[in-house]
Amino acid sequence: MKYQVQENCLTVFLPYELDHHNAEEIRRESDHLIEHNHIRYVIFDFADTNFMDSSGIGVIMGRYKRIYMLGGGVCAVHANERMKKILTMSGVTKIMQIYEEEE
Amino acid sequence: MEHTNEMQLIFDSRSSNESFARVTVAAFMTALNPTVEEVSDVKTAVSEAVTNAIIHGYENEVHNIWIHCRTEGKTLYLEIRDEGRGIEDVSQAMEPLFTTKPELDRSGMGFSFMEAFMDHLEVISAPGEGTTVKMEKTIGKGRRLWTTQSL
Repeated sequence: MKYQVQENCLTVFLPYELDHHNAEEIRRESDHLIEHNHIRYVIFDFADTNFMDSSGIGVIMGRYKRIYMLGGGVCAVHANERMKKILTMSGVTKIMQIYEEEE
Repeated sequence: MEHTNEMQLIFDSRSSNESFARVTVAAFMTALNPTVEEVSDVKTAVSEAVTNAIIHGYENEVHNIWIHCRTEGKTLYLEIRDEGRGIEDVSQAMEPLFTTKPELDRSGMGFSFMEAFMDHLEVISAPGEGTTVKMEKTIGKGRRLWTTQSL
């Protein structure tokens, strides 16, 4: 899994398929980075992602709960139509903006 | 009967088999000439059911998961079964956002996704007697409108 830390912002480059199997690893690694780098904002980059199930929604919600308490937030970039549909259906878009391009 | 086809799959309840299970079902259903969208719907539903069996049914112990797939005409019938601990209150388990494992960051959206992506969903379960998830999807049902409302 690839990650990038810029100041207080963590970008998580999500894998081709985001299911329970690799959600565990993303959860563990991103929490470690959030804790040790004073992260306030998490960007989920869906550029390579073609499949996601509810485990992915859990990953987003979990990270949101963590940094929301610290006054931060989460957002998504490069989501294709399928990913947008899953994100919208789950209701997670109520707490997370989807941006077309990374600023 | 004509135009029927059937397959069964038995595999270990390891999380690495989740992608194997959904890809296999996706390959099986290609005979029905589904759209990319329809394949994705089925893959998501299979992934949800198999993940439930692994996390909740067997609680990460390694046992068998069964998938029974049947096509009849344009309809795909799916049965995903485990012999794990079962569900005490099925209707509660099916409520959106309900989860017994919030500490594992489970979203509680599994059954909601299965319901949303398939035409029919039935869950048969009792404590100690495992869980069977039955799903149906008719391929090429004309153009259905997508509701982009939250569940």
